[in-house]
Amino acid sequence: MSTDPNNIESLVNRRYAHGFVTDIESDSLPPGLNEDVVRAISARKNEPPFMLEWRLKAYRHWLTIQEPEWAHLHYPQIDFQDISYFSAPKSDKDRPKSLDEVDPKLLETYDKLGIPLHERARLAGVAVDAVFDSVSVATTFKEKLNDAGVIFCPFSEAVIEHPELVKKYLGSVVPHRDNYYSALNSAVFSDGSFVYIPKGVRCPMELSTYFRINAANTGQFERTLIIADEGSHVSYLEGCTAPMRDENQLHAAVVELVALKDAEIKYSTVQNWYPGDENGKGGIYNFVTKRGDCRGDNSKISWTQVETGSAITWKYPSCILRGDNSVGEFYSVAVTNNMQQADTGTKMIHIGRNTSSTIVSKGISAGRAQQSYRGLVRVMPQASGARNHTQCDSLLIGKECGAHTFPYMEIKNPSARIEHEATTSKISADQLFYCRQRGISEEDAVNMIVNGFCKEVFKELPMEFAVEAQALLNVSLEGAVG
Amino acid sequence: MTNILEVKNLQARIAGNTILNGLDLTVRAGEVHAIMGPNGSGKSTLAQVIAGHADYEVLGGSVTYMGKDLLELEPEERAREGVFLGFQYPVEIPGVNNAYLLKAAVNAKRRHNGQEEIDAFEFLKIARERMALLGMDASFLNRGVNEGFSGGEKKRNEILQMAMLEPTLAILDETDSGLDIDALKAVANGVNALRDPERAIVLVTHYQRLLDYIEPDHVHVLSKGKIIRSGDKTLALELENRGYEWVQEAASA
Repeated sequence: MSTDPNNIESLVNRRYAHGFVTDIESDSLPPGLNEDVVRAISARKNEPPFMLEWRLKAYRHWLTIQEPEWAHLHYPQIDFQDISYFSAPKSDKDRPKSLDEVDPKLLETYDKLGIPLHERARLAGVAVDAVFDSVSVATTFKEKLNDAGVIFCPFSEAVIEHPELVKKYLGSVVPHRDNYYSALNSAVFSDGSFVYIPKGVRCPMELSTYFRINAANTGQFERTLIIADEGSHVSYLEGCTAPMRDENQLHAAVVELVALKDAEIKYSTVQNWYPGDENGKGGIYNFVTKRGDCRGDNSKISWTQVETGSAITWKYPSCILRGDNSVGEFYSVAVTNNMQQADTGTKMIHIGRNTSSTIVSKGISAGRAQQSYRGLVRVMPQASGARNHTQCDSLLIGKECGAHTFPYMEIKNPSARIEHEATTSKISADQLFYCRQRGISEEDAVNMIVNGFCKEVFKELPMEFAVEAQALLNVSLEGAVG
Repeated sequence: MTNILEVKNLQARIAGNTILNGLDLTVRAGEVHAIMGPNGSGKSTLAQVIAGHADYEVLGGSVTYMGKDLLELEPEERAREGVFLGFQYPVEIPGVNNAYLLKAAVNAKRRHNGQEEIDAFEFLKIARERMALLGMDASFLNRGVNEGFSGGEKKRNEILQMAMLEPTLAILDETDSGLDIDALKAVANGVNALRDPERAIVLVTHYQRLLDYIEPDHVHVLSKGKIIRSGDKTLALELENRGYEWVQEAASA
């Protein structure tokens, strides 16, 4: 019988289902980072001079700063000279015009991941800008978006096709000086997604990008920029998974969102990168800077994330509530299992008048994992009538994991109304026995309890994503008990 | 009448302490048994061992349920075979909808029996009927499992689960404890409504109070992990008047 509390630790132990490597020849730069590497990256992408200048400025700044150590994370020193900063599938120069031209092995990889691109696009009406390693290889539904005036393209394409937009907005939310990883990203970013929604346009479909890390030992530095012009609306979905690897893979993405007056951006992430094995070997290091700027009045930015992967997660999707009456939201489910570590949360910076923010963070720890919620709510002196509600819940499975909460509040306007609620609970042997006595298997019981715990966040996800997220959670925690 | 449960010479311990010392009990279809005894006599242990709680170690003896060796089965298999335990302290499962758990439980049993699963509509229809029978408010279904329930509500919820799962053997562990008289009557009415010629009910209780409302066919007195006296419902009344010491002395004499 397996309700023995000693066995509760072991319901988490299912092998990473997406652990395989597609054999596509990579056109990679040798490991190491210097100005020549930055120039080489820019040259390979045929970038205009302003882009190179921007990269070099970031690189030079990066050299002067130190890796941050304040996070509640433990990992060996990263040797930034041991990483290759560019890797692209061979077919880079002749990019496929349609799926027929895409390397069949690549399509096979998507199939293994359960992401049949064409199926997905056709059935769900989702335009997919698939990033394989660092270069985007397939874009669908371009016409439909074109008709609406929406720009949704690989970042490298935007640099060439829409330099004025890139120049105006790149680095305007996350400047290259922002932090160590964003500086690094700014210097060496390979590709990513660019979205522009024109004034008054409601994007006709959910925009979706699947990221995937493939080539060994290649850091992945994505850059995403989404601009919602006045009165526009967009929902963007990001989903990730990676093959099994022994080396630690560094990932330092930057995502910038700009919402102008009356605009709304909804950004949803399901992240499932390789978390490492039971002993913490391998796994992705994920140091991400995600920030949204509610630049105009009555604008809204909503982050929803389901994080189940990565060995190390360092991530704080944030909102700058600059416009009056602007709204920021952060809904998060983070699952850490085995030896995974996550230090994640959000920052809500209230600047405009009558701004409001909502934070709902659900952390689930199993195995020997450590998880921290780190959140900042800052109300500036001029931000009269600011409101924040923070709810921060932790669920522990087993005895060896940990949950930590670091809420910071800096309230400089006396009219602010700030609420913070936090709970920590455990899936107890008694709860599992109770469910089993009702005929429900232990695994189903854990899924039921975990999904119940996360339900407030799942309901924020777009429908098809919510189903996927729930399945992913069940897989991530399979074997965690009994 | 069919033997639903046969316990023979059962010995069991928890955390190194032997609690059951050769317990014998036979329960037939259609019968209601009351198991009484002082604190620490092994009443709850018996209930937990029959349900399959992992903290209890069976040292010897046998438990046969519908002709099968019950001790061989996992707790969820026992449940699907029709063994129901009404818990003394029903646990709270925040965030999990009461209806969701109940429907999952009903369907787990149906799958096990090779029956088709019931859908949400049919489930709700049946649940509402049974709740009306138990005098329960329909809002019960939409709350978290036992989350923020009063003592009486928790016990009523146990009876609702029993009503939905239609067990062959129901063991109700101190279902009367902590209830005021109105809640006690409601629970008792529910149990009485579930009396059935095909079903056996074992009431584990400390006081005879519950037996004023649910009339047992047999009453057993448990002491130091053994049944020391069995009788009909008059035994419960005698216990009420003379106390447990009286039977204990009589047994050791």
